[in-house]
Amino acid sequence: MTPLLEAKGISKSFGPVKALKQMDFNLLPGEVHVLFGENGAGKSTLINVLCGALQPSTGTILRGGKEVSFSDVQHARAHGVAAMFQEFSLAPHLTVEENIFLGAEPRKGIWLQIGNRRQRVSDALKRYGFGVEPTQTVLHLTRAQQQMVEMTKALMTEPEVLILDEPTASLSQKETDAMYELIRELKAKGVGIIYITHRIKEIETIGDRVTVMRDGSFIDTVEMANTTQDRLIELMTGRQVDQLYPEIPHKPGKPVLRLEGITTADGGVTDASLTLHAGELLGIAGLVGCGKSRLIRAAFGLSDVTSGTIRVGDETIAQPNPRTMLEKGVAYISSDRRNEGLMMMRPTRENLTLSALGTEVLSTKSWIKLGFEKTMAQDLGTRLTVTPLQLEGPVFNYSGGNQQKVMIAKAIARDTSVFLFDEPTVGIDVGARVEVYRFLKELVEAGAAVLVVSSDLPEVLNLSNRLLVVRDGAIVDEMQKEEISEARALSGFFGTETAA
Amino acid sequence: MTRNDSLLRKAFIHMGILPVLLIGAILFFALNEPRFMSSLNIFNVARQSTFLIIIAMGQMIVLLTAGLDLSVGAVVGFAGVVTALLVKPLAAAFPDFFLLPLLISVTAGIAAGMLVGLINGIGVALLKVPPFMMTLGTMTSLVGISLSMTSGLPVTRIPDDYQRILGYGEIFGLAPAMLITIILFIAIWLLLHRTTTGRYFYAVGSNIRSAALSGINTTKQLLLAYVLCSGLAAVVGVLFLARTGSAEALNGSAFGLQSVAACVIAGVSLFGGAGKVRDVVFGAIFIVILTNGMNLIRVESYVQQIVLGVILILALVADQIRTRMLAS
Repeated sequence: MTPLLEAKGISKSFGPVKALKQMDFNLLPGEVHVLFGENGAGKSTLINVLCGALQPSTGTILRGGKEVSFSDVQHARAHGVAAMFQEFSLAPHLTVEENIFLGAEPRKGIWLQIGNRRQRVSDALKRYGFGVEPTQTVLHLTRAQQQMVEMTKALMTEPEVLILDEPTASLSQKETDAMYELIRELKAKGVGIIYITHRIKEIETIGDRVTVMRDGSFIDTVEMANTTQDRLIELMTGRQVDQLYPEIPHKPGKPVLRLEGITTADGGVTDASLTLHAGELLGIAGLVGCGKSRLIRAAFGLSDVTSGTIRVGDETIAQPNPRTMLEKGVAYISSDRRNEGLMMMRPTRENLTLSALGTEVLSTKSWIKLGFEKTMAQDLGTRLTVTPLQLEGPVFNYSGGNQQKVMIAKAIARDTSVFLFDEPTVGIDVGARVEVYRFLKELVEAGAAVLVVSSDLPEVLNLSNRLLVVRDGAIVDEMQKEEISEARALSGFFGTETAA
Repeated sequence: MTRNDSLLRKAFIHMGILPVLLIGAILFFALNEPRFMSSLNIFNVARQSTFLIIIAMGQMIVLLTAGLDLSVGAVVGFAGVVTALLVKPLAAAFPDFFLLPLLISVTAGIAAGMLVGLINGIGVALLKVPPFMMTLGTMTSLVGISLSMTSGLPVTRIPDDYQRILGYGEIFGLAPAMLITIILFIAIWLLLHRTTTGRYFYAVGSNIRSAALSGINTTKQLLLAYVLCSGLAAVVGVLFLARTGSAEALNGSAFGLQSVAACVIAGVSLFGGAGKVRDVVFGAIFIVILTNGMNLIRVESYVQQIVLGVILILALVADQIRTRMLAS
């Protein structure tokens, strides 16, 4: 059988960063081919190359056995290759209908042909079973609805190759089932589907073949029928599961952070309570967008709390904001390095010391002690094994893993006893992950209270002393160390009964 | 040859396009116009540069926070008008003791300027108005205010003592404006390089959310940036009055864009978080040298505008190339 789409020896560089190295891939008609790998493994770059959004530095793409080179997304669509991205390519201020035809508007000369446009969109939405109206503005849709629009947009071109980037990440169980049904119908019609997901359960449900990527390289392509979960994780991380996660000895002490009945103004969190003890790692799991991250952001004063109390030690914090929380020894390590975490164009030294700069260690009456600053930055960078440590170079030059370490180092620059980690290993390679985990272990051993919010389920399953599960903004389950299991966590995610 | 190339390349990456422009301009004018290197002209250039240097240093602080202040030119005019309107009656009231009227009127002029900065800062930091629109607004109203305060006429017949002390006096062989510029340069250099407040300007401009998460009071930093910038512009207003002996609403209206140009040529990022005060001084000097040199070799004024515009664009293009070289 001729593959619908084939990539041979694809490489792609962004400046000094090699995002893809000699990648091979092929897609057969009527199969779901899963791309599997950690964040930053190069999956997104690969699908961007395959759908024409990026041009490869070297290598060839074959469409139905013929060499092609897609100049842009429209060009690829004309060849029957359509993609649905996780980061939506929708224009928020336009309507559903306008978005679906965006870039492919039927025209007569310079004039748009409105004609039966609305009817076509509305028919398509019905056919796929999506509850969205063509006239709604995308801005006002939920994330799941936006996803449906994106999906419709891709399907309206009747592609032979469909690329789906985590299509179920923000869907409910019912919507997910509908999505699987749709995928099966497409498969029956001979459409080839490239599917990115992080959930092993999902791969087992709908995957036919799996291609595993690591650090931008091809690792292996396996038939789903004759492989196991552990084998997949091993291929993905390059090491066995038990080598990845350290054994953390938990000695829970006094409660240091207590959230009681927290409800946020944006409605993302309702009536959530938790207690974090010194000397333990508390995990919070849940689907992307379930509100788990908003909960700890609220605790750090990053979103408005309408009811509930936040207590650090015995003290109630009436109006939490980052400054007071830092003074109380609470640090929040953001999941968004680029937009929230780091000053990308500033030197590493300035990033490392920024939150500690105003304390007496580094300044007297606002005069910076430059010598101390340098020593401290050097110590912090060494302690977190930032390599190579270049204090005066911009953090922009560092890999995701090193940037993450800089963010963590920044938190320990101050006298911190409570660490709120939001997705501590997002987009970093395995080596850096192991080092981040080792550091989490050190923190817990030193008696710090560590809270880890993560969408990477194996991570929190393996590291946590206790694990909370968040669904729709509420804490729905709490597991003690010995009770922690993937099945129970997943049933918490989706609100289904535990198959005990 | 290749070694030289890589050396030049390194110099370019390290220092940007400004040294090339500056040396190029000096060589060009020195070879084409003998008067250019005369001590009188050099003194002239030094004195003329002072105003733009001071304003550009203020503009730089605002640019560091990823802001922009278009109102500096209007503040120069406004501070001059306030000072002039106060110093005249006060000097008449205290004919024998000029220092008091001088101090009061100068302080009032600078305070008035800083008030404008406070308004800009409140708009940008608290009401979240984009800096461009906020300062465009204050610039426009401020010119109107200055015009109505003076009924549209220049305020002239400033007391001689005022011009003598702040305009044509000499302290350590330097014109007062030069001495003040040197002091302000040192103060701003110390502020930016040696204090937490200075570091926080860079932090707020590089990534305001990261700065907030690091416990920095970003509102305070933004307010301070605009107040400092307007304060510095007001200092120029006071000195301008001493030099020309007349206060007009539109005195200094060219400084708004010129100060941005000086900063940009000196490599200050319009997106915030990057820039060196030393380079800004050279950027301002470059613009003054260019104007002065072109005047000497009798380039017509509209051609001068073309040259300035083209050089500004070239500097930006060069900076883009440099950023790309830095990344690779």
